[in-house]
Order: sequence, then structure tokens, then C-alpha cells
Amino acid sequence: MRVHRVGRSALLLEVADDSEVASLLDFLNEGQQDGTLGAVAEVVPAARTVLLDGVAEPGLLAKRFADWRPSPVPAGSGPLVEVPVVYDGADLPELAARWGVSEAEAVRIHTGQEYRVAFCGFAPGFAYLTGLPERFAVPRRDSPRTRVPAGSVALAGRYTGVYPAASPGGWQLLGRTGLPLWDERRDPAALLTPGTRVRFTEARPTEDRLTEARPTEDR
Amino acid sequence: MSARAVEVVAPGPLTTVQDAGRAGVAALGVPRAGALDQPARALANRLVGNAPGAAVLETTLGGVSLRALAPLVAAVTGAPSPVRVDGCPAAWGAPLRLAAGALLEVGPATDGVRAYVALDGGIDLPPVLGSRSADLLSGLGPAPLAAGQRLPLGVPAGTPCRIEPLPQPAPPRELLLRLDPGPRDDWFAAGTLPLLAASRYAVSPDGNRIGLRLTGPPLVRRPGLGELPSEGMVLGAVQVPPDGLPVVFLADHPTTGGYPVIGVVPAADLAAAAQARPGTPVRFAVAARRPAGADRG
Repeated sequence: MRVHRVGRSALLLEVADDSEVASLLDFLNEGQQDGTLGAVAEVVPAARTVLLDGVAEPGLLAKRFADWRPSPVPAGSGPLVEVPVVYDGADLPELAARWGVSEAEAVRIHTGQEYRVAFCGFAPGFAYLTGLPERFAVPRRDSPRTRVPAGSVALAGRYTGVYPAASPGGWQLLGRTGLPLWDERRDPAALLTPGTRVRFTEARPTEDRLTEARPTEDR
Repeated sequence: MSARAVEVVAPGPLTTVQDAGRAGVAALGVPRAGALDQPARALANRLVGNAPGAAVLETTLGGVSLRALAPLVAAVTGAPSPVRVDGCPAAWGAPLRLAAGALLEVGPATDGVRAYVALDGGIDLPPVLGSRSADLLSGLGPAPLAAGQRLPLGVPAGTPCRIEPLPQPAPPRELLLRLDPGPRDDWFAAGTLPLLAASRYAVSPDGNRIGLRLTGPPLVRRPGLGELPSEGMVLGAVQVPPDGLPVVFLADHPTTGGYPVIGVVPAADLAAAAQARPGTPVRFAVAARRPAGADRG
């Protein structure tokens, strides 16, 4: 791990990849729960880093990570959310062609994995999910769309993302879900928070709006 | 007793509700938001007897006009601005007693950018994720003020200050920003930090609540490093996009970003940054690099 100072009250912890970020997040969550981490206002995971912001003594806290080593995050840890998707995205035919499979097979590939929310960013509640094997990675669209509807399920790089609100976007659209991904009155407001496990299931167009979120605590 | 509220008569070019901002939700992709000049917001609240966390109005260059719908106390701080009550000149930086029906006019700032208008009891719109602040990056919190809108006020918590106008820092003639290098200063060509320290920049008119944009010598990246994976961003981060012109992140900054951060401006210097008008000269005082404490694990 590399530990960077970020200004006077933050540290940036840099590790090798997203599985190490997941392991580091587990370590930080434990440290927050048992109080050994001390006061940290924000813990912000990203692709290869975790930012600790609002730290009173960053120099002191940095020493805590001197002998940290990644340990595999046990499969099946973290809450599981099932996300029903109507796979009728505008980019599905192109994605299937890129993978050299039929559209039905492309849907089977996407629903056949378990995903994990690596981090949120870009917009409130926009989750970056890992889990799709590297060989299915796709580039962003050459020209972003000016409006991607809320609930769109999309791919960019190795990540699957779900748009919590309508916004411009350059990700490749696979389909859409009717799940409420963002609700300011809920705590947390985001359905897909870092560390959450996700399974995408194929839904029929008539079902998608009726389906409710089913977070389960099967540790 | 009639409902305590004000009516927006003229919203000005951009007036938003702001408090201390949102804490603890950056991991969900939610910016911090909050007043850009926090000392000016704190002073305005103190003048009207509000708790420090109360929400106030933040104007942008052009001022705001409000009608009191009940007797109340107001104070204007931040950017020096002409203040009128029912057409008569009134004090800036002091508590003002308004009768029900009185018109409070904050004129265009004569200097600086953002004036703060506190009303006793605080703006009492429903909080979103623990804050009443408007976040202009992601659209959370109350929308910018519109003419005719009614803003409810809370119950006054204390008594207004019985003091003469307080001295406030003047908006900067030249903006001096301290800079702590890192975390990605090593993404730039050799000699970039000394170049940054020796260069003169100016505040660009393109800045907003997300970032203070600067014009001046572009900073050059070391070749061959590719793209930086997105990483967490802090308040005051100086991010350098591909055009090489530094952007100093203010309260509505994105929680993650993929352009390298050459250094971080301490939060204490950002109130002056929020009051620096376009064209204001900017210099960076670059500190020595600090060791992380434990550099490698």
C-alpha cells in the first residue's frame, strides 16, 4: 500500500486493484466500528484507492496502515440486492456482437455473475459494480448521450453501472430497472452502497415497475 | 402569530440556501455543498442570534430582494453590498430589525462576489441528507431562489447582537493560496511545482460553486502515465484537467475525479477564494512536501 497525504486533514490509501480496495474497506469498517480508526469524517472508496477525509491527525493515522496486508474478502459477505432488469437497452445488439454471442446469450452472461458495489461517484447513488470478467470489458461510447433515463443499466470498462437519475452519459446501455435506486428519505439514500452484493435478473417489461427492492442479510 | 417567512421579490442572478453542508455521505457520491464563505455565514448567523448551523442565503454578485412577512431580524455579510430597508440605506454587517411587510434590498456587490443574508430562526426548508444546502453539481437540496417564492423561517434561537458593524476581511486584491503538494504532484513534469510557485494566475470568469477556475501558464503532465483511475477528492484540491489550467475545488466539487491533483489549498484560504472576482491575480505559496508518516506498507 502507498499512503499519500492529501492536504492537512486527509489521507489517500492506494492499493493494487479493486479486490484490495474491498479488503481495505472491510478493515476500515471494522476500525470504525471498534473505534480504533479514530474520527474520520468521510471514507471514500474508488477504483484503486480509499480516501480518508476529515482526519484530525493524518500523520498518526498513516502509521496504522504500515503493516496492513490485503486478505481475500470472503465470498457472500455484505448484503445482497437483486436487481430485476428489462434487457432492451439500445446498445445490447452492439454489445452482443462485440462479445460474439446472441443477445439472449449476452443477457445470460450479464445475469450469470455476482457483482459487488466497488464505489459510488459521478452522481449521488451512481454505483460502479465489479464482477463482470475482464474479457467482457467494453469501451465507453464515442459520443455520450445527452440524456440517459433513470434506472438504465449500463457497461463501461469492467464496470456495470445503474443510473439513479436521468443524466447525460457515455456508458453502453444494456437495459433498465424499475428499482428506486435513490430516495432522499431513506437511510442510506442510495440502494447500492459500497460493499453491497448485486445479482441482476431478467425481468419482463410488465414486471419491472412492480418489483420491490429485496435487500437480504444472509451473511 | 402569522407564519414567520420571507417572500422573494427579486432573486438576483443566483441566490441559494446554504448551511454547513452535507457530512458523511461522500461515499454515496454526494458533494458536501454548503456556504463558500463559511466565516461570513457564521458572522451573519451570530449577528441575528442564530445557532451556528442555521441556513442562510448566498448571493452571487447581483444581490437579492426579500419582503418580510412577519417582524424579523436580518443581517448581510460577505461581499460588501448596499443594503436598503424600504428604500432607506441600512447597515451592512449589522443586525437589522424589519417590520412585517418591510422590503430588504441587497444591491449588487460593490466588491467581492458572495453576500450572505441571515434571517433570525434560519431558513427552514426541509433538510436533505442532513443539510438545507443547495448542491448545484448534483441538484440536491433547494433549487436556487425564484421570484414569488416563500421561504419559511425557524423559531428564533437567541437574541441578536447589540453591537456596531463588525470588521470583516475585505475581498482580496490579490489571492494568495497556500498549497500542500500531492497526492499526484509526481504526475507532472519535473519543475512543475516551482513553476506553479513562480507563476501569476488570474481568476477566470468561468468559475462557479464547484471550482475556482484560473487562467495562466498551463501545467504539463509527465508523458506516458496514461489515465489516472478515478479517486476521492477533497475540498481545496487543485485538479489539473488536460488543458493544464488548475481548478481549485470548492464546496460543490465532485466526490471522485480522474484528473491528477497537484496539491491542496487549506480550507481556511477558500473563503477569500470565494470572494475573488474574475481577473483577480492569484499566487500559490507552495509548501514543502510532507512525508505521509508511513510511506510504504
